[in-house]
Amino acid sequence: MLFMLSVVALIAFTGASAEGLGPFIPKAKGEQCVEPTQVMRERHWEFILHQRDETVHKGIRTTRHSLKNCLECHVQPDEEGRFPRSSEPTHFCTNCHVFAGIRIDCFECHADRPHEAYGAISRHSRLSLNDMFRKRPVR
Amino acid sequence: MSLGLTRREFLQGAGAAGALTLAPGVFLYAKDPEAPVTDAVRWGLLVDTRLCQEDCNACVDACNEEHNLQDLGRPETDAQWIRKLTVRDPLGGRTISLPMMCQHCENPPCVDVCPTGASFRREDGIVLVDKHTCIGCRYCMMACPYKARSFIHENLTEQLPDAPRGKGCVESCTLCVHKVDAGENTTACAEACHKDGHQAILFGDLNDPDSEISKRIREFGATQIRADLGLNTGVRYQNL
Repeated sequence: MLFMLSVVALIAFTGASAEGLGPFIPKAKGEQCVEPTQVMRERHWEFILHQRDETVHKGIRTTRHSLKNCLECHVQPDEEGRFPRSSEPTHFCTNCHVFAGIRIDCFECHADRPHEAYGAISRHSRLSLNDMFRKRPVR
Repeated sequence: MSLGLTRREFLQGAGAAGALTLAPGVFLYAKDPEAPVTDAVRWGLLVDTRLCQEDCNACVDACNEEHNLQDLGRPETDAQWIRKLTVRDPLGGRTISLPMMCQHCENPPCVDVCPTGASFRREDGIVLVDKHTCIGCRYCMMACPYKARSFIHENLTEQLPDAPRGKGCVESCTLCVHKVDAGENTTACAEACHKDGHQAILFGDLNDPDSEISKRIREFGATQIRADLGLNTGVRYQNL
């Protein structure tokens, strides 16, 4: 944990990305994050961890510190309109965590793209999405 | 809380203010996203087995689509949140069809046996697995008298934003908790059943005497499966 903190602090304090030495930070939607950039760099996991328990156990679904809300702004489509997956270096979370040498397992269960990437959230679009997956050969 | 209200009373009042009457007996209960769920409501399902068709699988398909439960071609281990069962009374041979899913017990055996507290019951009666704390021991699967839970054996991809699921965790029917919290007041299975014209599954608040589900239970009665276990299930069946 201490190591993790120090790495993140290093990134935060040196502002490495600007010089091309640090992680490439993909552009986000909107003007301002839910917290100041410095606060997010230092404490984002605390916010997500807190929110996760509130949501799962108490049904509190405020979006300010939710993982879904992070993805809504920070995972944006490329020029071809394709949303990066968490396995790709262009994904906001992956890029920085690979640089910091931290393996995150959020996306083993959670969707790694915003709602938008799944088309309109209607039964119909989900159906076609599912049909697409069904047609994949079984490994 | 200068009015002498407790936090809970205050929030319940706020919740009531957000309830909108669409038609007599139909409420759109818009939950304040900041407010924790309370035991003022108890969500449940009522299944009328007379209306459930043996050859219909709409509820299962809708559930699979809603949560992207993929068919990996291995029926022994594929996740299954709803199963369609056909039961036959040997005396007289009456055959009935019914959907079987997590019964959202008031006293859930899965919660009793969970060593990590991952299996829990929300204040509003929905029994869930906190997959962040689930260690995949599967005690709950053994404890559940309804065989309602599935274990995920393989890495999954393509999970939907509202339905996080993954390898090494146990999962089951969530009573479409994401829909409930969004104030949609329905489940994918109930919707699908309604759309198919069977209307065998009804979702509602068992605590509200004016809800459609409570009225129907009051008028026609409903039974619990394995009532002898004293679990006080949130899913009730008619005409069993």
